[in-house]
Amino acid sequence: MNARNEMTLTFSARSENEAFARVTVAAFVSQLDPTLEELNDLKTAVSEAVTNAIIHGYEGDSSGMVTIEGIIEGDVVRLIVKDKGRGIEDVELARQPLYTSKPEMERSGMGFTIMENFMDGFDVSSEPGNGTAIAMTKRIESKKALFN
Amino acid sequence: MSLQVELEHYRNVLIVRLRGELDHHTADVVRFKMEEAILRGNSDHVILSLKELLFMDSSGLGVILGRYKQLKARGGKMVVCDVNQGVYRLFELSGLFKILPIHDNERLALTSLEVVS
Repeated sequence: MNARNEMTLTFSARSENEAFARVTVAAFVSQLDPTLEELNDLKTAVSEAVTNAIIHGYEGDSSGMVTIEGIIEGDVVRLIVKDKGRGIEDVELARQPLYTSKPEMERSGMGFTIMENFMDGFDVSSEPGNGTAIAMTKRIESKKALFN
Repeated sequence: MSLQVELEHYRNVLIVRLRGELDHHTADVVRFKMEEAILRGNSDHVILSLKELLFMDSSGLGVILGRYKQLKARGGKMVVCDVNQGVYRLFELSGLFKILPIHDNERLALTSLEVVS
């Protein structure tokens, strides 16, 4: 399966949609026949990126929209989670484990660390006032290959 | 609601069983129910029983860490049990196991607390 397969999902920045987003991405990726662990990694990374967009990007303003682009090429899935929110002033600081700009909300500060660890490729581009895009890739080691 | 919180008071221990998915959307319910149960039941310790917790992300870590701090301020302890593989990796990555002892099941978790209480 080498043909490129794409999807785009856009939804309101509401916390109910965090589960919707990760389940939808999992359904899209399921065509690569991932293991349960790979699927859980992807769902967790999506959940982190979408939660960041809702809490930090739009700061709870549910009129904002979050977009996920998914691209499958060969055995690699690439996900881009975008918002048009306030952006991140200091990306390096935000990526530090345990750093959070909202400690009063009981945020753990582990979101970026989890995305980096659970995915193979991870990149943040953000500009204050112009939103944030998080690009992540993961290679799915197809179970089918084991039997061929 | 994709998360159910079951609370059981056993002597001075509050057993919290989480079923479903713990994320930012469901974290508030866990926070309020646990906060209230700890205060109302005057519980010293908490067992977080996670056998049927199917999904958790960093919002779950935040709410667990928050309750850990709440208990610690009262001189109590928190332990976890029945942790599945995905949740285990999150605990490991965040270093939470350094402050939260982990046990195979509720019975062993209770035994560990009765020794310290």
